Amino acid sequence: MRSSAAMRPTPFLSAFQTRLLSDTTRQAIEKAVGSAPVVLFMKGTPETPQCGFSRASIQILGLQGVDPSKFAAFNVLEDDELRSGIKEFSDWPTIPQLYLEKEFVGGCDILVSMHQDGSLAKMLEEKKVLAPEGAESDSK
Amino acid sequence: MAESTITEASLKSALIERLNATHVEVTDMSGGCGQSFTTLIVSPQFAGLNSLKRHRTVNAALKAEIAAIHAWSAKCQTPEEWEKDKAKNGGASAKPSLNGTVDGKVEGVEA
Repeated sequence: MRSSAAMRPTPFLSAFQTRLLSDTTRQAIEKAVGSAPVVLFMKGTPETPQCGFSRASIQILGLQGVDPSKFAAFNVLEDDELRSGIKEFSDWPTIPQLYLEKEFVGGCDILVSMHQDGSLAKMLEEKKVLAPEGAESDSK
Repeated sequence: MAESTITEASLKSALIERLNATHVEVTDMSGGCGQSFTTLIVSPQFAGLNSLKRHRTVNAALKAEIAAIHAWSAKCQTPEEWEKDKAKNGGASAKPSLNGTVDGKVEGVEA
């Protein structure tokens, strides 16, 4: 009895978690996570980020040359349920959050360090989500 | 919910106690309201863990605290990595990250 009780979360906690993340929210988030190979949950939009950490993350994805057709961004400020639900879904307390092929990569700190040590470039290359060479820029 | 206010000192002592951190630097990046912190955490518990798992370890240890503040940033090193970094930088310790801030202050909120 004692050990099985210790293995489970307290009734309050499990009830609380269920209330936080309803089936409909979970399904909506799963759909969002799978909507593109590269998905960023952020504050604001890629054009006008509303937070420095979201801005830094979007800039990094741009510098890496992620193919816009393989990228989707979701603005958590437009949807309170998404804003709290994504934290629960990812078990991650902050925004932004990056997903690559439905797998959670990390937040801004992790993106920055992976950008600096080259592991992000390698990962994006392997997943074939970068824009074709020479096609990524329209500023010429 | 934590009953006391979260400060640089309270975060530091929590990290030392809960993660056996051997070196902690906490910087308030809120510009005064005490709601945004960036940290450098050196702990032997990070050994063998990738970056994501290190952050998850810290997030779990400070679940209530991180939920209560607006912004949170962490740099996680093992004692060996920290020493190596220090030697490389001529004896200067790595600093908490200020990525995503403007002159060391957050604009907007991450949490």
